Amino acid sequence: MAEIVHARGLTYKYEMLNEVGDVERSHIAINAVDLEVNEGEFVAILGHNGSGKSTMAKHINALLKPTEGTLYIKGMDTKNEENVWDVRQTAGMVFQNPDNQIIATIVEEDVAFGPENLGIEPKIIRNRVKEALNVVEMEGYRKHSPNKLSGGQKQRIAIAGVIAMKPQCIVLDEPTAMLDPSGRKEVIDTITQLNKKEGITIILITHYMEEAIKADRVIVMDEGKIALKGTPKQVFSKVKLMKELGLDVPQVTELAYMLKEGGLDISQEILTIKEMVDALCPLN
Amino acid sequence: MSIELKNINYSYSIGTPFEKKALNNINLKIHTGEFVGLIGHTGSGKSTLIQHFNGLIKPSSGQVFLNKKDIYLDKKKLKEVRQKVGLVFQYPEHQLFEMSVYKDIAFGPHNLGLAEDEIKQRVKEALDIVGLDQALTEQSPFELSGGQKRRVAIAGVLAMQPEILILDEPTAGLDPRGRDEILTRIAHLHKQLGITVILVSHSMEDIAKYVHRLLVMDKGEIKLDGTPKEVFSKVEELEAMGLAVPQITYLMKALKEVGLDIDENIIDLKQAYHEISKVLSE
Repeated sequence: MAEIVHARGLTYKYEMLNEVGDVERSHIAINAVDLEVNEGEFVAILGHNGSGKSTMAKHINALLKPTEGTLYIKGMDTKNEENVWDVRQTAGMVFQNPDNQIIATIVEEDVAFGPENLGIEPKIIRNRVKEALNVVEMEGYRKHSPNKLSGGQKQRIAIAGVIAMKPQCIVLDEPTAMLDPSGRKEVIDTITQLNKKEGITIILITHYMEEAIKADRVIVMDEGKIALKGTPKQVFSKVKLMKELGLDVPQVTELAYMLKEGGLDISQEILTIKEMVDALCPLN
Repeated sequence: MSIELKNINYSYSIGTPFEKKALNNINLKIHTGEFVGLIGHTGSGKSTLIQHFNGLIKPSSGQVFLNKKDIYLDKKKLKEVRQKVGLVFQYPEHQLFEMSVYKDIAFGPHNLGLAEDEIKQRVKEALDIVGLDQALTEQSPFELSGGQKRRVAIAGVLAMQPEILILDEPTAGLDPRGRDEILTRIAHLHKQLGITVILVSHSMEDIAKYVHRLLVMDKGEIKLDGTPKEVFSKVEELEAMGLAVPQITYLMKALKEVGLDIDENIIDLKQAYHEISKVLSE
């Protein structure tokens, strides 16, 4: 399978300058990370605040360039200035706060903003906007004003704006952090659809463990490095390590861990309620 | 300090085509020292409601009582009301503005006209409560991490020594460790100082873990009011309002459904562990 993200020794150093422009302090946000993401994969990135997740995400979209090492997005070196627009069209980005990402006063105009900037023909743009709104199930709101929509709906509009650019990969940086449970579900359902139906590669940064269990692969970052990676089952079964990294596991996974500690012979790779019910009542 | 709301109605943009009723005949009593949770989907009226508690929003009709006194009887006293009822908004770190952590936390006490020694003392105490290092006081708040910034903002409200503390989603956007730290500190504050706490949250797991009483808002009304256990036993009702119950509660119900003789009204992990261990050993 073709790789869409390929990082080797990716390092990023933040430098804080004083008044005269000398480096006062520096901080290594990403430290020599190797990472591959395949086309069509759904990868979740976890890690506590300050672990380097967001810095990583901004590299995939070429908002930041590596201080050291290299990052290729679909074979394009993000360090090369000439590639920036192609990189951004290949890997779209959705941020945490929906209100910061919406710029137009009508939903369809907002979705059209990206493709307009690509210089695409108006007729094609119209089709793309329609398609994109269909995918996020917001076609009924085409003529609405975005500011009257709920948080989940706004975030879906932001996603539609990215889809209209026809990216192969979408990076979402805590897209559900500001949403209520139903808004969170809307957005996660949309993301899962994009991955399964449209075959778009998804890189999801989140603090919600129940969102990460839907991914094909989970990457846990700590201190700018990859601390843990594997399938959700492999990663979340390491309950103790996850807690040490300042993270959480689903309640049923923690329960499986407690039951095992209490002497019960039970699988540690339980992520869902159904799996727990099957483990406790095998005859059912 | 107790709060009472009597027949509160509130509508936005009255007299315009956008008029919208946000609160519908709310009657509510919160007693001194309670730890109350407030849940409801976006637009259910939670934020409008909590802004009535300290007089930031004036009801279209109805009365607000603090310690049995109508807060609108003497308008000059509203300032005092806002000091007694501390409100921590969503993403409070967006409201940081001073050059140093010290100055930011001291801003409120300064406006109260307190002496410098008293202010110093209050800043120190507030930092202790939120668990921040005293060494941070001279740093710019903008150089801190997200979780630290949030704690500075909460310290700024605590330095006013409120008797009621209202927090609107204080853990949104924080990682699990940051979330647990802030909530543990708040629970501690409630226990130690006997402050009345009202916590607005979208996390059913957090609510189940910390609060003693739970209010559920929907369409501008308080639809459910009881212990978390009572409220979370009403799964269908909550789901119809766009809410949920903790995962562990869903598990207990699922186990009951497949025929296990188990107490399904369990809302936290430890109880679930004990209950399942008990049932399995029988």
